[in-house]
Amino acid sequence: MANPIKCDICSKPATVHLTQILDNKVHKIDLCEECAQEKGVTDPSGFSLADLLLKASLNPEATAGGMRCEQCGFTPVDFKKLGRFGCPACYIAFKGILDPMLDGMHKGVVHAGKVPQRAIERRSLHERLSKLEGDLSEAIKAERYEDAARCRDEINQVRQAVEQKPQRQER
Amino acid sequence: MTIGSLIEAPSEFTDSSSGKSAIVLMTRIRLARNLAGHPFPGWAKPSEREKVLESCRSVLISTPLLKRGLSVGVDELGELERRILVERHLISRELSGSKQGSGVVISKDQTVSVMINEEDHLRIQMMRGGFQLKKVWGAINELDSLLEDSFDFAFSPSLGYLTACPTNLGTAMRASAMMHLPALVIASQMEKVVRAVNQLGMVVRGLFGEGSDASGSIFQISNQTTLGESEEEILKRLSGVLQSIIEHELNARARLLESDSGKLFDKIGRAFGILQNGHVLSSNEAMNLLSLIRLGVDLGIFPEARRCVTDRLFIEAQPGHLQYAQKAEVDAGQRDLLRADRLRSEFANFPRPDFSLSANGKN
Ligand SMILES: [Zn+2]
Ligand SMILES: [Zn+2]
Repeated sequence: MANPIKCDICSKPATVHLTQILDNKVHKIDLCEECAQEKGVTDPSGFSLADLLLKASLNPEATAGGMRCEQCGFTPVDFKKLGRFGCPACYIAFKGILDPMLDGMHKGVVHAGKVPQRAIERRSLHERLSKLEGDLSEAIKAERYEDAARCRDEINQVRQAVEQKPQRQER
Repeated sequence: MTIGSLIEAPSEFTDSSSGKSAIVLMTRIRLARNLAGHPFPGWAKPSEREKVLESCRSVLISTPLLKRGLSVGVDELGELERRILVERHLISRELSGSKQGSGVVISKDQTVSVMINEEDHLRIQMMRGGFQLKKVWGAINELDSLLEDSFDFAFSPSLGYLTACPTNLGTAMRASAMMHLPALVIASQMEKVVRAVNQLGMVVRGLFGEGSDASGSIFQISNQTTLGESEEEILKRLSGVLQSIIEHELNARARLLESDSGKLFDKIGRAFGILQNGHVLSSNEAMNLLSLIRLGVDLGIFPEARRCVTDRLFIEAQPGHLQYAQKAEVDAGQRDLLRADRLRSEFANFPRPDFSLSANGKN
């Protein structure tokens, strides 16, 4: 054993070797006893190989730069450590790291499933509402009463739409 | 509802009446959801976790499905209570070991559970006995849509539901079936099955043990990927894989009966003898014996009506359930005695095996 295989996480000699084939790509991972324990390889309910492959696939250069999520302060170094992101906005901040990672992880790279339609509609109505309210107070300040009246009408319409929203409309 | 009354009540697992089937014990679907604008639980400050926990608990407990259920913080649960919830698949091991600011809301019938501040803000899970992917998807989809009225879920049109870990992006759905595959194990074919299933983008896990020699021959098969396909497509693919595993298991049973029925009957007969008379049984051994009895039911050696006994004992012979019944923490050696006691009394009035019936055994 002149040149033992090293653990993908901590570089100690690896004793646990795992292989998985996903979409015809062979993924291999080698772990030392401790990391295997810690990652729950021995815990059938808590172990995800995909998870381990994910961490092993992150190359050190990608984590170097001074990137940071403005929403939550998360950095690529944190990701390397935790294997999880900090907040939803991290997906925008770290797009450059994420894209190569997603390649080969899933069946595709674009979402094709359910969309939270009702929540999205509600959010856009709320955004429209707060914009109209801003317009209204500006119009009043500038004594543009015709504009103000129009804003008020629109606000009423949007309010009605918001209140009607909870009707069930499955697919 | 309190944790005590929940534990005493029959669960989907231990209940005899729900649609049990010979090979698929249970279908389960889990959806991960996060709240827009909030850090994920693993990165949130304790005060933020508490806030999310409180608001989620109050919304969840007022939804129709969960209304009369249990809503509890993990820190309010005792060690044994947590173990029981893990053994019943109502919470994950990860949640049971988590710090302050996490909790769970469980429906009264224990088919729905929503973990709060596990890896994601919400892990919504629904289980049903038998092979029921479509039905479970219909029900959990409806619950999820209902929750949209109260929550703004973190979502991106291109990446789908945003989850703490990129391996769950997209649908954020994990669908699984719990399968009893004793003949494939006896015939040493599980390794081949695991490899083939992996190639199809699905994952096989032992439910009570590990890899291809899971104790009790019970395996959980689930989708690995979540992005790039719709929920329906994933379920269709999984369903195809499950169907083909069922076929392989049935073929393996037929082959065993044809070539080696004496050996197979011997295993089942001995399992019955040990369960009726043993005095020391490890969890692993008990699972394997119960698995053989369950196979006996499938083959017509024991009456169909007794299937519920093995399915219930798969859970109740687990360490958490045994100790809870004893109302004390008991060391592993003592537990093996307790387990054997329990099984002896359960099997004292169990009908004797009838090996003549096996030719017209169902399935
Ligand atoms: Zn290591
Ligand atoms: Zn962030």
